[in-house]
Amino acid sequence: MVSVLDRKLIRDLRRLWAQVLAIAAVLACGVMVLVLGEGLQSSLAQSRDTYYERQRFADVFATLTRAPRTLLPELAEIEGVASLTARVEAAALIGLPEMDEPVSARVLSLPASGEPALNLPLLVTGRLPSALHPDEVALYAPFAEAHELMPGAQIEAVIRGTRRSLLVTGHVLSPEFVYTIGPGQMMPDDRRYGVIWMGEEALAGAADMQGAFNALMVGLTRGANAQAVIDALDDRLARFGGAGAHDRDGQISHAFLASEIDQLGTMALVLPPIFLAVSAFLVNMVLSRLIALERQQIGLLKAVGYTTAAITAHYLKLSLGIGLIGTLIGWGAGARLSLGMTRMYAEFFRLPVLIYNPSSWPFALSAALAALTVLAGAWRAVGASVRLSPAIAMLPPAPPSFRRGLVDGLGTALRLRQTTMMILRGITRWPGRAAITLFGVSASVSVLIASFFLSDAMALMTDEVFYQANRQNVTLTLSQAQTDRALLDAVHLPGVLVAEGSFSLPVRLVVGPREELTSITAFSEGATLSRLIDDEGRAVALPDAGLVLPEGLADKLGLRTGDRLRVEALAPPRETWELPLAATIRQTIGQEAYMARPALFALMRQVPQVNRIDLLVDAPALPALYAEAKRRPEIAGLTAWDAVREQFEATIGENVLISVIVYTTLGVLITVGVVYNAARIRLSERAHELASLRVLGFHRSEVGMVLIGETAALTLAAIPLGWIAGYGFAALMTQAFTTDLVALPLVIERATYATASLIALAAALVSTLAVRRRLDRIDIVQALKARD
Amino acid sequence: MAPPARSLSSAPVLVAKDVTRIYRTGSVEVQALRGVSVELHEGEMVVLLGASGSGKSTLLNILGALDRPSSGTVQFREHDLTHASERALTQFRREHVGFVFQFYNLMPALTARENVALVTEISRAPMRPEEALERVGLGHRLDHFPAELSGGEQQRVAIARAIAKRPELLLCDEPTGALDSTTGVQVLEALHQVNRELGTATAIITHNVGIRRIADRVIHISDGLVAREEVNEAPILPAEVTW
Ligand SMILES: Nc1ncnc2c1ncn2[C@@H]1O[C@H](COP(=O)(O)OP(=O)(O)OP(=O)(O)O)[C@@H](O)[C@H]1O
Ligand SMILES: [Mg+2]
Repeated sequence: MVSVLDRKLIRDLRRLWAQVLAIAAVLACGVMVLVLGEGLQSSLAQSRDTYYERQRFADVFATLTRAPRTLLPELAEIEGVASLTARVEAAALIGLPEMDEPVSARVLSLPASGEPALNLPLLVTGRLPSALHPDEVALYAPFAEAHELMPGAQIEAVIRGTRRSLLVTGHVLSPEFVYTIGPGQMMPDDRRYGVIWMGEEALAGAADMQGAFNALMVGLTRGANAQAVIDALDDRLARFGGAGAHDRDGQISHAFLASEIDQLGTMALVLPPIFLAVSAFLVNMVLSRLIALERQQIGLLKAVGYTTAAITAHYLKLSLGIGLIGTLIGWGAGARLSLGMTRMYAEFFRLPVLIYNPSSWPFALSAALAALTVLAGAWRAVGASVRLSPAIAMLPPAPPSFRRGLVDGLGTALRLRQTTMMILRGITRWPGRAAITLFGVSASVSVLIASFFLSDAMALMTDEVFYQANRQNVTLTLSQAQTDRALLDAVHLPGVLVAEGSFSLPVRLVVGPREELTSITAFSEGATLSRLIDDEGRAVALPDAGLVLPEGLADKLGLRTGDRLRVEALAPPRETWELPLAATIRQTIGQEAYMARPALFALMRQVPQVNRIDLLVDAPALPALYAEAKRRPEIAGLTAWDAVREQFEATIGENVLISVIVYTTLGVLITVGVVYNAARIRLSERAHELASLRVLGFHRSEVGMVLIGETAALTLAAIPLGWIAGYGFAALMTQAFTTDLVALPLVIERATYATASLIALAAALVSTLAVRRRLDRIDIVQALKARD
Repeated sequence: MAPPARSLSSAPVLVAKDVTRIYRTGSVEVQALRGVSVELHEGEMVVLLGASGSGKSTLLNILGALDRPSSGTVQFREHDLTHASERALTQFRREHVGFVFQFYNLMPALTARENVALVTEISRAPMRPEEALERVGLGHRLDHFPAELSGGEQQRVAIARAIAKRPELLLCDEPTGALDSTTGVQVLEALHQVNRELGTATAIITHNVGIRRIADRVIHISDGLVAREEVNEAPILPAEVTW
């Protein structure tokens, strides 16, 4: 049997449907983001872990110059090592008829018999290469698909200077290449970077590595100390040119995937509180008004014997009704979206396993939070009025008392119209409600800024990377270091206008207990193509001595300019130096150390060498240059910067677009929820007054202005607050998005502030106009009769 | 100052002919007016009497262009109000009509002076708000908010607001309905004075039969029709009204 009060509750919810829905939508956003963020994060993490486990993804990785396979038993003895796989890796250039430029690839060896103990490739189509046919290879599936290289296709590759014709037998995926970035690339580009699996004997032959290996993967025993294993490996591999072992965090693909998953977790943490707070305020605002309207009814209920508790429960139930609607919408949207987006991510990362198994706790937690939110909002609204004695409650409420104050001085000084005074006094009379509107609109502006600023940051990164720091259009990676004579040869390649060499040396930087694996890039004095950029975006000259580090890396090591650090060379001469930090630079992508080439080679006591050459090439001559590069054995890799930029912009553009759409929706919902409700309440409180204005001969548009004016004033006041909050929010985002590879810069253009403000203004305007239409429908005579 | 002529022979300001008004709520129809014809003349004071539900407020709202008749015509001087646009009716109220209601309908957010200024700001040749308030004896309460005034004072602010634009028509629906006799008299005096000094045609709805003696003419409404009209040859002053 439904009690009369419950019937009233349902009718109230139905009557106030537009306001209820506006609040529920904001609440639903909070619930949805929590369910979605957590669902997506845990589904992706589980899918990844299952994939890793099935394909036996290694725990520790090391590369070296060359070590005999006879070393392996000794390595397997290291405490904590459960299994290991040694293989040969080599860089290759592939000539593909539809591509002008040579395509870089990494060739990995597959054991002659049986499958590798670790990093098992997963066959998608065809078969793995047979040990009997040295020219057979399997290709990384996305690369093969990008070039339509089906099993049976033939490709030309240059490995270690030897041209070979290879037969494709199948397509594979691998846990090592969930996120595949080639050397010199910024973003995955399946057309320009590939991975090739080849029989061990064949590759060892081509790379002159018979009976040897240059890459090692290690699986750890349960509970093993990874750092101890890494130290032991470094120790044993040093003589063989070990370049420093690292765990999964140092593996590019894993690191990217992990940071992507972390970011989803951050989203699930940062956003919901905003939405929940806004909904709590909205519930408070709407319920306060409802209770004010029903004051006499409350008095009556009490007079006939309802207890304060029963009446309180009634209003709390009403707010829980709103909470329930919001929760259900949020759950539905969250569950749907998280399944859809998990699929999308899994496809993007080519995860062959998709485990969508959302845990129930985010659902339970979000429902509990939603309930708490609405109850918190309702509590204060219900409190005072419900406790009034019935006799007092049944009297009409005291008219709102207005005081003379700041506003009056302002009104007289500015000779404001009386209708303007009504707006101003309305704001100062209900400061709480004005504060909620301010809070909501500024929150929404800040959410918008925090999402739009991503484009600004990306634009800055693009400018820095492609127009300031790297002005070459081609970079050649040499298979071996050479003297500066190589530069003279390079100048004679087709179309080359400028050729500048540099030398890259893998190092470990050590400051006390902190250490980082990176490399030193040493430029010649007066390099004009590759440049270092400071904080202000100006090119900086390399200091004659000492190291230059990107700010992010210096921070990580706790270094300030002038401090000294230990630098261990991980390639010959394998020495250790003490160097000062001469300067820091801004670098948003990549975290490398820099040094003047003469200084580096002075330390190395060698004649300066180059292993990388930047070229400025006359654009029409590029095809000829590419063709020549494919023929040159000394060229191990080639970066075509225009292609890198296009890929970067396309990938970033797509991601930014998605986040802009999502955040704009969220931001607009907040403004609509707050402004619509505030305007509805204002209309209900003032219907009588506004009708009186109509009686006095004010036109609809004039009366409409009194209603809209308050929203407009508050929205305008909220916008600058939103700018400040948005800046802070953006700062948080840069921290969340900063990884070892990318340091998101905190830049917000004026246009971003303007766009965010305009969207909030438009949303506020549309919401108020929706309420204004109700004003037009008010019957003057009826409104004057009613004494609410 | 000589009282202006206020005989029936002066020009009619407002003429309503055969006005009917039917309210439809769902399937129920209420015929509030069944064919009322009335005239209001310059400088005249008219009292409308009638039982509750007889249609007085309905008529007054139609005369003041707050509502439209279902049939019949309303003419203000040479302007036809029956077919005027919504905008034109608003303009008509803005320029020519002052209203006073039982519940004062003041803006709580504005002081007495500002409530009057609300109207003077949008009128063509208004008096100063202070002058209007002085006329109703509230020259010393200019900066009080409605909540700080008594009921009679609030009603007098409403009257000041209604007359500040120097309207040709002053329409009052139970202006003393919520007041005791002393304050009621004060309000009537304010209305009376405005009527005499500005020559505003004034119509007052009341349930207080005593008040009819201050009128030049009394119209009795009954069941949506004009039951009878009587001309009062010797109107008394508000102060002499027995409540
Ligand atoms: N909006 C409306 N809808 C339906 N019927 C209405 C409406 N307004 C008035 N009525 C009806 O029209 C009739 C006349 O109403 P009106 O308000 O004009 O009476 P009145 O003479 O002013 O009464 P009172 O002295 O009580 O104010 C009444 O029967 C009333 O019920
Ligand atoms: Mg009435």
